Amino acid sequence: MIGSGIVKGMAQTAKNFAGTYIAPRKYLVTVEYPEERLPAKENARNFPFLVFDGDDPEAGLRCVACRICEKECPPQCIYIEKDKEKKPDYVGKMQFQPSVFDIDISVCMSCQICVEVCPFDAIRMDTEFELSNPDRFGGLLLDKRRLAKSNEYCAEIHPEETEQTEARRAEDVRKAVAKKQARQQAASSD
Amino acid sequence: MSLTFAIIAAIVLTGAIGLSVLRKTVHCVLSLTIVFFGLAMLYIRLDAPFLGFALVLIYVSAVTILILFTVLLTRNREIETDVSPYSRGSIAGLIVGGSVFAGLIWMIYRAPLSRGITELESPASVKSLGERLMTEYVLPLEVIALLLTAAMIGAVIVAMKDPG
Amino acid sequence: MEVLLLSIKEQLVALFPAVLQPLAGHLLSITPVLGVFAGCFALTTVLERKALGRIQNRFGPNRVGPAGLLQPVADGLKMIFKEDIVPLKADRTVHFLAPVLLATTALLVFSVIPFGQAPDGRHLVPVDLEVGLIFFFAVGSLAELAVFMAGWSSRNKYAMLGAMRAIAQMISYEAPMLLSVLTVVLISGSLSLVDIVGTQAGGFWHWHVLTPWGAAAFLLFLTAALAESNRSPFDIPEAESEIIAGHMIEYSGFKYALFFLAEYLGLFAMTSLAVTLFLGGFHPPIPQLAFVPGPIWFFGKFVVIIAFFIWIRGTLPRLRMDQLLQLAWKFMLPMAVVLLIVAAAWHRISLTWGPVFGWLFCSPPVIMAYLMLGRGGAGKKGGPRVYRYVN
Repeated sequence: MIGSGIVKGMAQTAKNFAGTYIAPRKYLVTVEYPEERLPAKENARNFPFLVFDGDDPEAGLRCVACRICEKECPPQCIYIEKDKEKKPDYVGKMQFQPSVFDIDISVCMSCQICVEVCPFDAIRMDTEFELSNPDRFGGLLLDKRRLAKSNEYCAEIHPEETEQTEARRAEDVRKAVAKKQARQQAASSD
Repeated sequence: MSLTFAIIAAIVLTGAIGLSVLRKTVHCVLSLTIVFFGLAMLYIRLDAPFLGFALVLIYVSAVTILILFTVLLTRNREIETDVSPYSRGSIAGLIVGGSVFAGLIWMIYRAPLSRGITELESPASVKSLGERLMTEYVLPLEVIALLLTAAMIGAVIVAMKDPG
Repeated sequence: MEVLLLSIKEQLVALFPAVLQPLAGHLLSITPVLGVFAGCFALTTVLERKALGRIQNRFGPNRVGPAGLLQPVADGLKMIFKEDIVPLKADRTVHFLAPVLLATTALLVFSVIPFGQAPDGRHLVPVDLEVGLIFFFAVGSLAELAVFMAGWSSRNKYAMLGAMRAIAQMISYEAPMLLSVLTVVLISGSLSLVDIVGTQAGGFWHWHVLTPWGAAAFLLFLTAALAESNRSPFDIPEAESEIIAGHMIEYSGFKYALFFLAEYLGLFAMTSLAVTLFLGGFHPPIPQLAFVPGPIWFFGKFVVIIAFFIWIRGTLPRLRMDQLLQLAWKFMLPMAVVLLIVAAAWHRISLTWGPVFGWLFCSPPVIMAYLMLGRGGAGKKGGPRVYRYVN
């Protein structure tokens, strides 16, 4: 009969309309962005940042200025200068450190290759996306200081990945300690 | 001649002049609607509001749109700039138009209505109009209805021919 | 309330010199209509968007002002300060006149709608015309001309296409609309809206909508009103996904706002007419409630119908052009003709034997006509389109 489809459709929309008042959680699916936001997914990524351990971003920076990421970066948005000074890394080995580490995020294409090639787990992808800036060049060229973020923050945005990294690093430290002890034992027994 | 009549006459004449002087056909049709409006106002002023509004309803909305559609569907060029507005037959046209105008004036002067303003017994209400149509003028009404139905069926048959 | 309004008007008119008094009187009648319906327009735009949002499981505008109620102010400011662009090849005069004509006609039609009645019998109506209904449709049909002017003068094929669609639609739906209104005229025996409202006084059982022909005519009228005011599901003249905005495509800034305003005012006018013709206008549903002023009853019914229209807009998808015309000519027009005959029969039967016999004799033909015409409409041609020249 003509009109029965209309009545059915009208009933459906009436249900939707009333539902938004009666059961807003089920029917109102909108997340009102600036006030509410959905938790970021584990694999969400935007632009890279540098991980540091401890409290001091300068001393705890994991980067050893090996420049692998700079070479691998497809759009070449990373610029690194090696420092003359060396500093001990997490296993106690002396390593170089960068004096300059710049990433131009207006060039970066979020490919995550820098993260994959880094042998020192020093670079990770950030999920921060509210980066709009009135200064088109200066504001989007991030230097070492602005790139450095703590390992805790990394654990917060990439919990699984950080867990694996930490396990691996703990293993490295254990091995290094064992090696050292073995060497010491060998030295003492000689 | 009252002020309102003068105003209405001015409106009608403006529309009529625009109708014959303007170059774009659509503009001519639009100024034709001004003429229809003026005539409707004249009817309303003469205490025949039904006739006036019916004129607007039928002529301004239906007939004008029909004319506009025919203009748009039959002509590719909307404006012909290379043609002079004065054609070869303009003198003959002037004579024909003038004689028709003179004849109309003569007829209107001879009509009994123009001898003096006769008072209406009652203003032409819709009810009396309907009663007249259904009693005195029922035959012409039926004939017109038949004619219009025949025309409509004819139009439908013409439009129904489907080459596919 | 009616008495108050009328006496305020008289007091104000008395302040003017005698020559200007008729003019002042008309101006004072026009002002509240202008103010109230423009306010309705502003409020409807935001409430409509909120309701549509709720229907689509989202919030709708809720940022500007408390609960988003100041949204129309923001929209209006945006519209006014936008640059007014006229295309280079456009016909400037006609391009300018089109929105003016459209807005004028949309406002003029309110002049015959009665909004209330004082106890001494005077009506709250800008002009009580004997041929009010004809006036309403005569002025309302000028919108076609305005739409054509807008579409033609823009020199844009989408605008022209939209105008053609709009005119085809308006002409098609004017016929069933006029016929469905004629049933009420037949019963009331008058073209004056004041008289038509007068025949429905004294309780909801006198309303025209509560008769077999009236209910069907009311639905036909609402459908045709949706089509006349180019609203969804009959919004193919300005279908955004097909021809951008139809005849409004080359308009910007305040002229576009005028088109928008005229569209909503046209809808309000149709709604007011529906309330006046079928729902008893400003009369309360039961006589005991007469202490509530007429305009409040009027606007209560008005709001219900507008809400219904918004509901429909949130539900139904856009019709195709051929479906649209088929609905008008193959279903609504014959249905309206049947209703006209049924209304005449109802008038005879209920006068002689009472309304019970009227219901008994008049509802079967309406239902029969509905079922039979509906079956015809849902047949082969109403279904999916066959692409003859493509396949």
